Amino acid sequence: MERVVVIGAGHAGVQVAASLREAGFTGAVTIVADEDHLPYQRPPLSKDHLHEASAPLPLRGRTFYEDNAVELLGGLTATTIDRARNAVTLSDGRILPYTRLVLATGARARCLPGVDEAHPGVHQIRTLADAEKLRGALRTARRAVVVGAGFLGLEFAAVARGKGVDVTVLEAGPRVLGRSLSRRWRPTSGRRTRRTGPGSCSARASLTCSCAGTPSKGCGTSGTFYPADLVLWPWEPTRATTWRGRRVWRWRTASSSTRTCAPRTPPSWRSATARLRRPEPGSIGCLESVQNATDQARHAAEVILGSAGPYAAVPWFWSHQGSLRLQIAGVRGPADATVTLGDVDAGKFSVLSFRDGLMTCVESLNRPADHLAARRLLGSDHRPTLDDVTVPGFQLKAVAAGLAPAAT
Amino acid sequence: MPTVVFHHPDAPPDVVEAPAETSLMRAAVQRGVRGIVGECGGQAMCATCHVYVHPEYLDELEPIGEDEDEMLEDTAAPRLERSRLGCQVPLDDARPEIHVDVPQTQV
Repeated sequence: MERVVVIGAGHAGVQVAASLREAGFTGAVTIVADEDHLPYQRPPLSKDHLHEASAPLPLRGRTFYEDNAVELLGGLTATTIDRARNAVTLSDGRILPYTRLVLATGARARCLPGVDEAHPGVHQIRTLADAEKLRGALRTARRAVVVGAGFLGLEFAAVARGKGVDVTVLEAGPRVLGRSLSRRWRPTSGRRTRRTGPGSCSARASLTCSCAGTPSKGCGTSGTFYPADLVLWPWEPTRATTWRGRRVWRWRTASSSTRTCAPRTPPSWRSATARLRRPEPGSIGCLESVQNATDQARHAAEVILGSAGPYAAVPWFWSHQGSLRLQIAGVRGPADATVTLGDVDAGKFSVLSFRDGLMTCVESLNRPADHLAARRLLGSDHRPTLDDVTVPGFQLKAVAAGLAPAAT
Repeated sequence: MPTVVFHHPDAPPDVVEAPAETSLMRAAVQRGVRGIVGECGGQAMCATCHVYVHPEYLDELEPIGEDEDEMLEDTAAPRLERSRLGCQVPLDDARPEIHVDVPQTQV
């Protein structure tokens, strides 16, 4: 009998099981989860979940697993993959044979030298346990240092500031959200973030942290010492897919599939950091988002069932930081031309990116209509051109409204 | 506890009890109601918890907010007068029961 084993129970791992069953797959489906909770939603961990003790939002109710005959093995990790025998060994010694194996283990926080990760004042946000520990620490914290001005760090900073904590964000790059937003955002995102989010942003700090001494710790950066009683080390993913410390999977770069390139290796991919072919031929990038995890999972299920076409989902992403609502559709390239629509001073605008004259990406601040229109347009054969958007009165929403409804 | 009845196009309804303040989406997802996805975790960002509220309950609900209104423009199933996002509709002790239709598709 066909048996799909999924390692990892995040958004992707659970979605692949759901998509297999929705498509009528009748073989066995087993999910191996290292945590012992019902698999849960991750985005609230850095937002609502830091505010109040609430039950985690499950990705699917318990009855989903029962009704769909999806076996959920919680509290276990996979220790060995035997590709010759098509079997996975679990941490309790049990051996799971498979006909198809899916790796959906997600990413781990990047480790830098000098950081004592075991220090009680050093936090990450990856799991429910991390978020609960962090929420507890926020009750008494007075000064927090966030290492890295990425989405997670800034979302946490906004929550912590709202609770009256003095927050300093340290960033090694020249600007806030540098890996995620186009250069056009430099002045605005920095200013807005400072106003409503973190206490200060320190650009170009070299990241060496020392966390010796209790109860108060410090982060030394470029010789400056930032005392803090809470250090957040947000989840910035490691780049390589690793298995027991060794990089074992390489991604096929020549096709837009989610398969690994190892011979006879079934479809497998990392969940939140699945590598996706960027619009430039041959180049790949990492996208850490719920949308990418679930769409890649849907695609992987189709690959298993033999019904997959090329992977073509439009990437999209969102972040809430205080009153800021940031949404991104598409993937920009480093050399893309940009055009800004909307009112920058009022904090409601979108930055549109173009390559070879065609729209590639729309980054919106408090303009959800632009975002939704962009998602539809980027997935269609009617992407706006640079010439289109420079016409006075141009609106993404109006162009998207002209698409056939099936174009979403 | 308030009760939500989720009517399906092709299956018997799901009757779900959940505490007040719980959103309709959360009540559905926790119980595993088919057809309610809630992909973004209740942030009004994904429009995958779209429901059609039965007309007799529409007036009792808080009006549609700006964000929800925008997101309803992008639902997979057609938007109707009685369309709402389940994540933006909290249950209320003052309304012991509410009936909604689950659309044919969310994604």
